[in-house]
Amino acid sequence: MAKQRAAVLGVGQSHHRSKRTDVTMAGLCREAIDRALADANLEHRDIDAVVLGKAPDLFEGVMMPELMLADAIGATGKPLLRVHTAGSVGGSTANVAASLVHGGVHRRVLAVAFEKQSESNAMWALSISPPFHMPVGAGAGGYFAPHVRSYIRRAQAPDHIGALVAVKDRRNGAKNQYAHLRQPDITFESVRASAMLWDPIRYDETCPSSDGACAIVLGDETAAGPGVAWIHATAMRTEPTTFAGRDQVNPRAGRDAAAALWREAGIADPLAEIDAAEIYVPFSWFEPMWLENLGFTDEGQGWKLTEAGETELGGRLPVNPSGGVLSSNPIGASGLLRFGEAAMQVMGRAGEHQVDGARKALGHAYGGGSQYFSMWVVGAEKP
Amino acid sequence: MNRVAVVSFAQAPNVRETHGTTNGVEMLVPIIREALGKANLAKQGVGFWCSGSSDYLAGRAFSFIAAVDAIGAFPPIHESHVEADAAWALFEAWVKIRTGEVDTALVYGFGKSSAGQLRRVLAMQLDPYTVAPLWPDAVSVAGLQARLGIDRGLWSEADMAAVAARARAANPDAQIHEAVTAEELLRRPYVANPLRRHDCAPVTDGAAVVVLAGGDRARELCARPAWITGIAHRVESAHLGARDLVTSPSTVAAAKDVGTDGVTLAELHAPFSHQEILLRHALGFGDEVTVNPSGGPLAGNPMFAAGLARIGEAATRLRGGQRALAHATSGPALQQNLVCVLEAD
Repeated sequence: MAKQRAAVLGVGQSHHRSKRTDVTMAGLCREAIDRALADANLEHRDIDAVVLGKAPDLFEGVMMPELMLADAIGATGKPLLRVHTAGSVGGSTANVAASLVHGGVHRRVLAVAFEKQSESNAMWALSISPPFHMPVGAGAGGYFAPHVRSYIRRAQAPDHIGALVAVKDRRNGAKNQYAHLRQPDITFESVRASAMLWDPIRYDETCPSSDGACAIVLGDETAAGPGVAWIHATAMRTEPTTFAGRDQVNPRAGRDAAAALWREAGIADPLAEIDAAEIYVPFSWFEPMWLENLGFTDEGQGWKLTEAGETELGGRLPVNPSGGVLSSNPIGASGLLRFGEAAMQVMGRAGEHQVDGARKALGHAYGGGSQYFSMWVVGAEKP
Repeated sequence: MNRVAVVSFAQAPNVRETHGTTNGVEMLVPIIREALGKANLAKQGVGFWCSGSSDYLAGRAFSFIAAVDAIGAFPPIHESHVEADAAWALFEAWVKIRTGEVDTALVYGFGKSSAGQLRRVLAMQLDPYTVAPLWPDAVSVAGLQARLGIDRGLWSEADMAAVAARARAANPDAQIHEAVTAEELLRRPYVANPLRRHDCAPVTDGAAVVVLAGGDRARELCARPAWITGIAHRVESAHLGARDLVTSPSTVAAAKDVGTDGVTLAELHAPFSHQEILLRHALGFGDEVTVNPSGGPLAGNPMFAAGLARIGEAATRLRGGQRALAHATSGPALQQNLVCVLEAD
């Protein structure tokens, strides 16, 4: 028996806020799950298995929280898998759920991812002193700023590109009813005037800390009706955090994953064939960096696509029409949101941030020190 | 779909304390090499990697990322990780091979429990709003379960001691090895009434590796592959008061999925003596089934690797024509259970 086709049947997400003190972790997940099941026109009893993803347990202070969430996420009496692949985990969660369908193990699978950062302190959780490594001590922004500086030097990019990305993503986020930050009035000048946090990353070019959840229902060919998003390809790659000669700006793991993804999806020219891309951009400059890493442009050319406005809604390749990670960042769920938003685009269910006529879309997530990558391509047509 | 088999197994010595990092690298490097060597497989020949571990056990975020250093993961690898016992990583790898995307996978799990106070660390798995603040530790929760079974006449302290005596005598290479009678064990003090020290798995640092391969590739890599004829798992409610703690409906359902007829050998991931009895009942085992010839978790219990090691131990012991069952558990009082049935040609 060959690999089974798999499709996204429904997508749901919570409202993302810095502190969702109105709900528990269970309530937060349930908000997303209920919307995903309604979107798929299914009920809990239709689900065969649940896959839950989230970033480090230290972010909420609960060890393996999927265990205590079993009832709330509808997993009791069913198979439950917990995925954790750092910041890419939301994407990996979708890919593992897709594997369960591709492998003929289950007909309908619920993928859930969440982070409730207000339960704990992510900055603390990320600032421990691991053996044999320099402690970061400054959160993710301090870690990634040198990569951005290196990119600007290598690509000879003008220094205003990051602000262009921030304005675009925040304005897109204003069209998304679930986004954490909704700033329709943000301007290039206001971003450039915001405080410098980690040179060259300014306050307005930085993702927020969010409480939020996302859920996706996946199904096989017999479970898929009209209007679903077919999974055309998935890819995951990992490389170590540090080693001599590692290219942290344009990591090989990302390039390898993208190459495998386009090959499986039968895509020769991603820029021409992908209609919308949800790319994991927690700091503005990662848009041009990942455009290159993903092969949408040659190396050193990504910023030109951004500068020309081609990544805006209505451009050649709308990037993060949902507002992206810059508008909502419930860490563990951020990847699944990218994958879910890509599906919503090809299902024509993206509301005010719908890309007209989107037929093929990319979902992308990365994690760790730019070393974990997961991606998928979804399409309106069967692969 | 592709048939999938266990083709190689290696495990680090189960010891009370290692001096390595909580990232498992020092334990993993030699056994990844050993497992690949047994299958005559190069690192670059592994199609998919999947691991199981816990950040809370390691006392740091992203401990599994540093564990990747044990692989030498460059060129980049196709890899995933579960925050659970690596038996669930093996499940993910089994699915991956079934999709046909890859034909080999290396699965590993590691845990350095000596880095903290395990029974209190595991209390962090309980409901954080209403239960965990009371700090019922893992041994106390298991003690409640053991007491329920005794009160219902399902097992006795003597039955539990008999399980422990057999486990302690089973394996001279295990962390715990002792020739002792059940009567002698019953004279020892309680640690959490009705549990005595021998009723509880020891605190162990350890790691395990299993290599899987699909179809013809399995035959190329191994003289007698242990074919996985079925693997399934289920989770139960986290609310201890909502569960019937003296049985294991999740194990029963998983066993029904995979079919356990003809099983004569079993490796059960029962970290407490009464749980072995409970699982034998749930699985309907009689005297025809040899349970935990390795000594099982009562003789050595590397967290997040012990479930995977059950699959490896069962596969290694399998003789031609024989069927074996391997079981893994996760969560308080057997909340989540996985059953894997293996068969040799």
